Amino acid sequence: MVKPGDGYKDIPIGGLILDAGNAKEYKTGGWRTKKPILDKEKCINCHLCWAFCPDISILSEDGVVSDQIDYDHCKGCGICANECPVNAIEMVKE
Amino acid sequence: MILEGGNKVSSKVALTGNEALAQAMRQINPDVVAAYPITPQTAMVQTFSQFVADGEVDTEYVTVESEHSAMSATVGASAAGSRAMTATAANGLALMWEILYIASGTRLPIVMPVVNRALSGPINIHCDHSDAMGARDSGWIQLYAENAQEAYDNAIQAIRISEHKDVLLPTMVNLDGFITSHAVESLEILADEDVKEFVGEYQPENYLLNADNPIAIGPLDLQDFYFEHKMQQAVAMGDAKQVILDIAKEYKELTAREYGFFESYKLDDAEVAIVALNSTAGTAKAAVNNLREAGVKAGLLKIRVYRPFPAEEIADALKDIKAVAVLDRAESFSTNGGPVFADIRSVLYDIKANVEVVDYIYGLGGRDIKVEEIESIFNDLQEIIKTGQVENRITHFGVRQ
Repeated sequence: MVKPGDGYKDIPIGGLILDAGNAKEYKTGGWRTKKPILDKEKCINCHLCWAFCPDISILSEDGVVSDQIDYDHCKGCGICANECPVNAIEMVKE
Repeated sequence: MILEGGNKVSSKVALTGNEALAQAMRQINPDVVAAYPITPQTAMVQTFSQFVADGEVDTEYVTVESEHSAMSATVGASAAGSRAMTATAANGLALMWEILYIASGTRLPIVMPVVNRALSGPINIHCDHSDAMGARDSGWIQLYAENAQEAYDNAIQAIRISEHKDVLLPTMVNLDGFITSHAVESLEILADEDVKEFVGEYQPENYLLNADNPIAIGPLDLQDFYFEHKMQQAVAMGDAKQVILDIAKEYKELTAREYGFFESYKLDDAEVAIVALNSTAGTAKAAVNNLREAGVKAGLLKIRVYRPFPAEEIADALKDIKAVAVLDRAESFSTNGGPVFADIRSVLYDIKANVEVVDYIYGLGGRDIKVEEIESIFNDLQEIIKTGQVENRITHFGVRQ
């Protein structure tokens, strides 16, 4: 894995990335201006937010949508809040 | 149809430059060729596509709608892990520009014949070097050829040079439009088996279609790593010099034909010399011969490898010459001479050589240069030695006033 500060002799040529499946290493949470907050009281567990999230940041465990959102990768796009049929997700300013 | 059914033994044949390069491509048998026809390269890819249609090669031929697409498809094929080639000329090369840098920056060993032709406008289809000279800084290795034989030999060696693990850079195999591409010359075509053995199987280390080792090619590369990747390219270009010599040595064992960075023609004891590329070198040799008969110590340095630029070696070859004329078949519009002139004068400055260097921009848009005209340039050089004065540092040779 290439590390910040590596010299030209230590990195793959041509910008090749030799380690597959590395998107999770790149934290995009810092791009966010508003964060989604999921209200489990209102949530009907329809999974639309989970299906629409472009960053796989809505988590589901054992068939239940979790209110523990992956804020390391959520960019705050708000698609989840827009798709939620019962307005269980609120976008809150960071 | 030429050499139908393949070439069993090395043969002396009469071919145009385009046909010779099509034969080289047939013998290399690339996995993928994506090319678009453009004068004066058309006959090359047309002849090659006939080989594809006749089943004489295993190549997947991609018919594309433009040169931008030709180079893009070639880049994709090469990144996928195949040996990929294309060919172009002039405005076709210009249309490839964006992707030329992606090919070299992604370190894809693509080999591409370029049939040198003037860039429009005004529209012109004839020989000069403005196409390739414009791409001289694109990170491609550039080889130049005096005739069809050299272009054929360069194409076969280029595969090995580009694919060498210390290099992994694309190569342009240049030849003069019409003068070399369309004139019929006698040349030796190697036996198919010998070329097959010489170029070998392409075995890339990392490639997209390797399901056992998935990788990403062409990602975003910003302030933190782009510079390091450019440094790698610069190092590879430097390392290419030794590889080019090693492969030339191996090729000589196969063909008895000798190649280096450049050819020194009667240069050892010369007082006046001309530096030229491609077919004009042949004309210059005739001028050198005539002047030698008249007792003039004239010589020629014919550049074969222009990128990487063999700076120390050229400086060493020219250091004892008293006056040098560089023939540039391209106008850079810098108002300070053509591209080859700038490079040659720069290396002589470094070694503090006591030599006058002048530039002759000539032959633009395919205007012929004759033996007696090159003799007149040698006469100008003798005049510079005699008077110690350079009247014109840069001459647009043969242009009407």
